[in-house]
Amino acid sequence: MNLFKISWANLKDKPLSSFLSGLLMTLGITIISLLLLLNKQLDEQFSRNVKGIDMVLGAKGSPLQLILSSIYQIDSPTGNIPLDEAERLTRNPMIKSAIPLSMGDSYKTFRIVGTNKKYVDHFEATVGQGALFQNNMEATIGARVAETTGLKIGDTFSGSHGLDGNGEEHGATKYKVVGIFNPSSSVIDQLILTPLSSVWAIHEHHEEHEGEEHEEHAEEDHDHEAESPREITSMLIKFRNPLGMMVARGINNNSKLQAALPSIEINRLFDLLGIGVDTLRGLAVAIMLIAGISVFVSLYNSLKERKYEMALMLSMGAGRTQLFGMLLLEGLTLSLIGFLLGLIMSRIGLLLFSMRAERNFHYSLNNLSILPEEWLVLGVAVLIGIVAAALPALGVYRMNISKTLAEE
Amino acid sequence: MLQSHQLTFAYSPTRRFSFPDIRCNDREAVLILGKSGTGKTTLLHLLALLLRPEKGSVTIDQTDLTQLPASKTATFRAEHVGIIYQKPHFVSALSVMDNLLLANYLAKNPQDKNRARELATHLGFADHLNKKTHEMSQGEQQRVSIARAVMNKPGVILADEPTSSLDDVNCARVVALLREQSEQIGASLIVVTHDQRLKDEFSNQVNL
Repeated sequence: MNLFKISWANLKDKPLSSFLSGLLMTLGITIISLLLLLNKQLDEQFSRNVKGIDMVLGAKGSPLQLILSSIYQIDSPTGNIPLDEAERLTRNPMIKSAIPLSMGDSYKTFRIVGTNKKYVDHFEATVGQGALFQNNMEATIGARVAETTGLKIGDTFSGSHGLDGNGEEHGATKYKVVGIFNPSSSVIDQLILTPLSSVWAIHEHHEEHEGEEHEEHAEEDHDHEAESPREITSMLIKFRNPLGMMVARGINNNSKLQAALPSIEINRLFDLLGIGVDTLRGLAVAIMLIAGISVFVSLYNSLKERKYEMALMLSMGAGRTQLFGMLLLEGLTLSLIGFLLGLIMSRIGLLLFSMRAERNFHYSLNNLSILPEEWLVLGVAVLIGIVAAALPALGVYRMNISKTLAEE
Repeated sequence: MLQSHQLTFAYSPTRRFSFPDIRCNDREAVLILGKSGTGKTTLLHLLALLLRPEKGSVTIDQTDLTQLPASKTATFRAEHVGIIYQKPHFVSALSVMDNLLLANYLAKNPQDKNRARELATHLGFADHLNKKTHEMSQGEQQRVSIARAVMNKPGVILADEPTSSLDDVNCARVVALLREQSEQIGASLIVVTHDQRLKDEFSNQVNL
C-alpha cells in the first residue's frame, strides 16, 4: 500500500474517463512526435544530399522540379540540354566544379544516371565490391539497388525508358555491373551510375532502330536528325565563392538554359510543407490541451464524489500534501502513459510512412531513436497533467475535515 | 485512557455547546446518549481533535490534545485514536484488505497483513478481503470499519452512531465486537449514539 497504488487504483476504478484522458494525451503526443520525426528525417535527407551543390543547370521549366530531379532523384527531369552549351556556360572563374548528369532510364524503378567520377566523389561514396564504372555500358550500383534487385557483379541488365519501370526496354544493349557502392546514406544508394557515354550510346542506338522520339527529346527533334549533338540532363555546380549567385542570374536572363539555386528552392518547398506542418502541430497542441481539460474534468468530478474519502484519509493521519501529491500522481500517470504510448504510436506511424516513401521514392526514414525535442514534449505533457490535476486537487488544502465527515 | 474537561464549542455565537466532562479508563466503555441536535458528533470530533474546542481540554494517555501543535495532531490521532463512523466509508477504489492496510500506512506503521487477516477471520469477513467494500452488506461494512479502527491498536476507540443503520441482529453483533476488540487491545471505548437499543449494553452512560 502506497500513494502510487492508491492513485493507480483510483484510475482503474474509473476506466472510461481514464481511458478518454489517456487516449487524448496519446493522440496529441503521437501527432507531435510523428511531425518531429518526419521533419528531422526529411531535413536530414534533404540537407545531406544538397550539401556542396550551389546551383543546378538544366533545361527551362520549374526550378523546383529541376532541383528535385537532379539532386534528390524524385521528380521527372525538366528536359535535356546540349553538353557543349552547358560547358560553355560553366567555363567561368566563379565556378569551381561542374558535374554533368544524364538520366531518363531506369531499371526496376531505380534510376540509371550517366555521370563521371566527380559525382561519386561529391557524395563521398566508396566502392565496396568491384570497381567504379570506366567504359561504356559499365555500371556501378548503389547499395540499396543491389539489395533490392539482387544484381551482382558480372550481371547484365537492360534499362527501360522512363523512370517508372513501365517504359519499354532498351533490349539490344545491356549494362554490365562492375561494382557496388558501400551504403552512404546519400542518394547514391538508390542509383545505378554509368559513364555519360553509355546513355548517349543507348539512345543513338535506340533511335536508329526504333525511329521513335520521346517527349523529353521532342523539342529538340531536328538536332538529333542533324548530327545529334551530345546532350545531358543537368549539371550540378559548385561555386568558388558566394558571388557565384550572379552567374545564375546571368544564365537565366541570357540563355536558353535555366540555373536553379537549391537553397532557395528547398526553402520554398519547406515553406509550402510548413503550412501543413504548422496546422497539424497546432491541432496536436489543441488535442493535448483537451487531454488536460479531460483530466481536469474527470478529477474534478471524481473529487466531488471522493470528498468524504479525502476527509476520511485526513482523519486517519494522512497529510494534506500527501493527498495533494496522490491526486497529482493521477494526472501525472495519465500523462506518462500518454507519452509512452504516443512515442510507440508515432514510431509505428513513421514505419508505415517510411514503407510508402521507400516504395515510391526509394528513400527510407526509419531512424526511431528519441529526439531531444521529444523530451521537451514529455515536459509539456507532464506539465499539462500536473496542472490539470493540481487545480481540483488544491481543494484538499481547503477541506474542513469535521464538516465533511459530519455531512453524511 | 481518555479524559475531557469543560469542553465548549461554538459554530456561531447563537449555536454553542458545552459538554459534560467525560472520563473513560483503559478497557472501559462509555455510552454517550443524546437526541439529534445535541452536539453528539461535535463532541466526538472534539475528542478526536478533528475540531479544536473553544475552551477546555482533551487528554488521551497523558497527552493534552489541545496543547499539540496542528502539525502533530494528525499523526497523534492516527497512532492513538480509532474512529468508527455512522455510515461506513472507505476508499472505494481499494479492496477490503487494502482499506485495512491503509490505516497502517497513513499512521506510518508497518503494514501488517497478518493482523488484517486475523481481524477479518475474527469479525467474520475473511472471504471478502479481496472484494471492493461496496460489494458488501451494511453489517459487513461496519465490521470492516471496526477492524480498520483497531488495526493500529489505538488507546481510544471512538464510535459515532455505529449501529443506527443496522438491524437488531447486526446491531447486537457490532456492539459485542466493539467491546471485545477494545478490551483485547486495552483501549477506552466511547460510543456516541441516539440508538436506545444500546442503553442496556453499557453501565457507564452520559446523557447530553
